[in-house]
Amino acid sequence: MNAPAPRFAPDSTDRAIVVATQGGLPLVARPYHAIGEQISVSGEEVMARLARMLEAGAIRRIGAVPNHYALGYSANGMSVWDVDDEHVARLGRVVGELPFVTHCYERVRHPPQWPYNLFAMVHARTRDEVEDKVGYIAAILGDAARARAVLYSTRILKKTGLRLTD
Amino acid sequence: MDSVDRAIVNALQQGFPVSERPFRDAGALLGLGEDELIARVRRLLEDRVLTRFGPLYQAERLGGAYALAAMRVPQADFERVAAAVNALPEVAHNYERDHEFNMWFVLATETLDGIARAAGQIERNTGLPVYLMPKREEFFVGLNLAATA
Repeated sequence: MNAPAPRFAPDSTDRAIVVATQGGLPLVARPYHAIGEQISVSGEEVMARLARMLEAGAIRRIGAVPNHYALGYSANGMSVWDVDDEHVARLGRVVGELPFVTHCYERVRHPPQWPYNLFAMVHARTRDEVEDKVGYIAAILGDAARARAVLYSTRILKKTGLRLTD
Repeated sequence: MDSVDRAIVNALQQGFPVSERPFRDAGALLGLGEDELIARVRRLLEDRVLTRFGPLYQAERLGGAYALAAMRVPQADFERVAAAVNALPEVAHNYERDHEFNMWFVLATETLDGIARAAGQIERNTGLPVYLMPKREEFFVGLNLAATA
């Protein structure tokens, strides 16, 4: 298991910044000042707090999130594996380092309906390309993986960021 | 999308400055003026090439919680269930996938208890079980897709 993630304790100003920016940054020359005006603090204060949240990991990054379909990565395969609990931590790290794996987690399983505990997201332009990459993961996992499946996304039903409310 | 747009998508996935004139600073690295970068980012968002532009918060580190959840939804009932799931503000995103477990969504709540509450709400609203699959360990998260011609 992970060491507990360090917690960042947001105060009311931090929360106001989160609420004001979770839908995105204003597309103006001085976006941080625009946020500051909205919540009645200075632009410098907004920037200082964003920098602190970045450092604390409360913000993963500030930037753009592409729609992978629009970029041609239409084959988005979630490969899931039933991996021996004894080996999942070691193997998960190896799989997570593969360049074509964009997310890799150990998750809670629900046997018998859902036996899989290792999730490795593979983005590629075609399903054939995904299958090749999944084969590569299978070779790494070897006998430690008892079963696997690849789930392709067929539709985005909803996509928004984190939503905090006041 | 032209080559300038692709350069913008690639560069802005890496990060965006925290500065007084961040579009000017980011634009300078791309050889673009401030106004042009703003206009292009606006268009990339309008055209849905970008789904978001701004800070990407980690709910767990803000005292909140995240969990992946899945459901097995009968095909005939799919649209009704999708609407019921999406109606909850705690549902951050939701994908249809081609598997018996065909609906996959992320719950983002401000407290750990909120995850179970939201899942319970969805079960009551849809009459179907919600399988919560919170992460036990994170090995890698580095989504960074190259926009190429």
